[in-house]
Amino acid sequence: MLEIRNLHARIAEDGTEIIRGLNLTVKAGEVAAIMGPNGSGKSTLSYILSGREDYEVTEGDILYNGESILELDPSERAAKGIFLAFQYPVEIPGVATMQFLKVAMNEQRKFRGEAELTTPDFIRRVKEASARLHINPDMLKRPLNVGFSGGEKKRAEILQMALLEPKLCVLDETDSGLDIDALKIVADGVNALRSPDRAVIVITHYQRLLEYIVPDTVHVLYKGQVIKSGDKSLALDLEANGYADIIGAAA
Amino acid sequence: MNMQTAITMTAAETALVDAYTAMIGELPGEGAVLSARDALLADLKRQGLPTRRVEAWHYTDLRALLRAVPAHDPSAFAQRVEPLVAGSSVLSVLNGKADVKTAPAGINLRSYAESLVEGVAAADLIERDTDDAIGRINGSFVRDGFEIEVPEGTVLEQPLELQLVQSAGQSHSRFPVTFGANSRATVIERHLSVGDAASLVTVVSDLILDDSAEITWIILQQQGASDSHLAQVNFDLGANAKLRLFIINAGGKLVRQEIHGVTTGEGADFQLRGINLLGGDTHTDVTFTLGHDVPNTTSKEVIRNVLFDRAKGVFQGQIRVAPDAQKTDAKMACNTLLLSDDADFSAKPELEIFADDVQCGHGATVIDINPTHLYYLRARGIPENKARAMLVNAFVDEIVEELEDEGLIETLETIISAWLEKHA
Repeated sequence: MLEIRNLHARIAEDGTEIIRGLNLTVKAGEVAAIMGPNGSGKSTLSYILSGREDYEVTEGDILYNGESILELDPSERAAKGIFLAFQYPVEIPGVATMQFLKVAMNEQRKFRGEAELTTPDFIRRVKEASARLHINPDMLKRPLNVGFSGGEKKRAEILQMALLEPKLCVLDETDSGLDIDALKIVADGVNALRSPDRAVIVITHYQRLLEYIVPDTVHVLYKGQVIKSGDKSLALDLEANGYADIIGAAA
Repeated sequence: MNMQTAITMTAAETALVDAYTAMIGELPGEGAVLSARDALLADLKRQGLPTRRVEAWHYTDLRALLRAVPAHDPSAFAQRVEPLVAGSSVLSVLNGKADVKTAPAGINLRSYAESLVEGVAAADLIERDTDDAIGRINGSFVRDGFEIEVPEGTVLEQPLELQLVQSAGQSHSRFPVTFGANSRATVIERHLSVGDAASLVTVVSDLILDDSAEITWIILQQQGASDSHLAQVNFDLGANAKLRLFIINAGGKLVRQEIHGVTTGEGADFQLRGINLLGGDTHTDVTFTLGHDVPNTTSKEVIRNVLFDRAKGVFQGQIRVAPDAQKTDAKMACNTLLLSDDADFSAKPELEIFADDVQCGHGATVIDINPTHLYYLRARGIPENKARAMLVNAFVDEIVEELEDEGLIETLETIISAWLEKHA
């Protein structure tokens, strides 16, 4: 589903290279965890996948279902099924949450040549998905993310993911700032989306989230490269021994 | 002297003086009213229209900008339209003439033409100060409007809509409105234009809020693309009175909206929210002065401007705090979204504080669309131009949403979206 080949990327504004020859393959149905110390390029990778224009790809390619996505803008990537759950979802005053959800769902449908949702159908979908995520309906009456707690913001991200039904889900430190109850709710939300035709990339610092979202593969990112890949036991290993040994072995 | 004046008069000044000569015989009122009109016109003749050398008009050179004044057109036809909010009581002024049906229950009402004929209106026909060009023009030519009294303790459940519809020519209206103690009401002052003919519309609303009255006054200005609109709201707030003034400018070629207020009772609160949607080759000026004259009064002003094309906008905001007006709390903000390199906005905040124990602040920002917000919306599959439009809408809708009345919010947001869609 996703194949990243020898990717090099830098910050557009100052040219700082962050991703330096990254290779990664994620198959349909797979849950891949990406771990790594601070500054290794994890969030940058997620932004690059989503098409954020603050970063420039200088070499290599990103293939999604066999096609390069480098020329696609963020909305086209999203409509093709790539979803990034943000580490820090932004507050947008004046944009009503419900209106935002409806526009996003319908714009994606339009892009794919599908009919727009009727209002009752839309409301039914939102109600069902938010109930599963224990989201208070009052939260949806507020402007997008405005005044939401950290946990509410993360749940709102997973709600968007559930409603938009993406094919490739990228979760950027979705566990940060969550207490254990919220973590379980979010993990349940993600697990409910696991399916043979969908891939999930979980970016995290901690093994804790991976107890609830059990990965098929684990990749260690360091200085913009994947320096080690393994199965879920690699995450336990990192938890017990830290990154030093792996970084030492790779150097 | 006279010759010199005649030589320097602009086309608009000449047209105003000629209009006075042509119309004075049919304008309502005699005696003191007529003398008051004559005095105002004499000042207009002597001073001419204000130029940028007059400080209050520095950013709006009325003499240069007001190119022509269309003659009064008695044959022009206009009719009342559906109210903005269903269920409102409508008081129409059609091409400057009050269309009196029945007074809505609970309020006392008469046409301003009657007040002029009876002569009681003479006291209104004065200038605020030597720079009061709007009061001067309006007072010289005022033909009609409504004098309204909302009695003490009256609660109007439905909005009252003052509907001014202009199709051609010029019109000059006044609305002296007294809100009795503890009264509650929402008033919508709505300016509409039909057809493409250029119009000049002037309007002066004088609001008096007695103690503990709580009033929302909404001005929705949607004049035509070739219209000139000169408007003034004056208000006086008694003890614990609350006035929320919402102003939306979404039309007109040349617009000056003045707001002049004083707090005269302790505990009074004034809230101004303004939205200026500016496009084309237009000039729009919102000028605001507020005197905190007694202790313990509060005010907050938030102005949001969106500019396209070659539009020019101005906000002047002056807050004065009298020497004994301790514990005044006043805040003013003017935020501008400039969406064209050729558009231009001038903001001039002024604080004149003569008391020492007060909180006063002002801020003015000029911004572009927040790129992080734009990216977030795009990352959810919303194409860039649609995402941009959503964020421009959000910038002004945030203000509208403070209105609390859901029906009114929805109506105003629809008007704003339609305007933005047309101009983006």
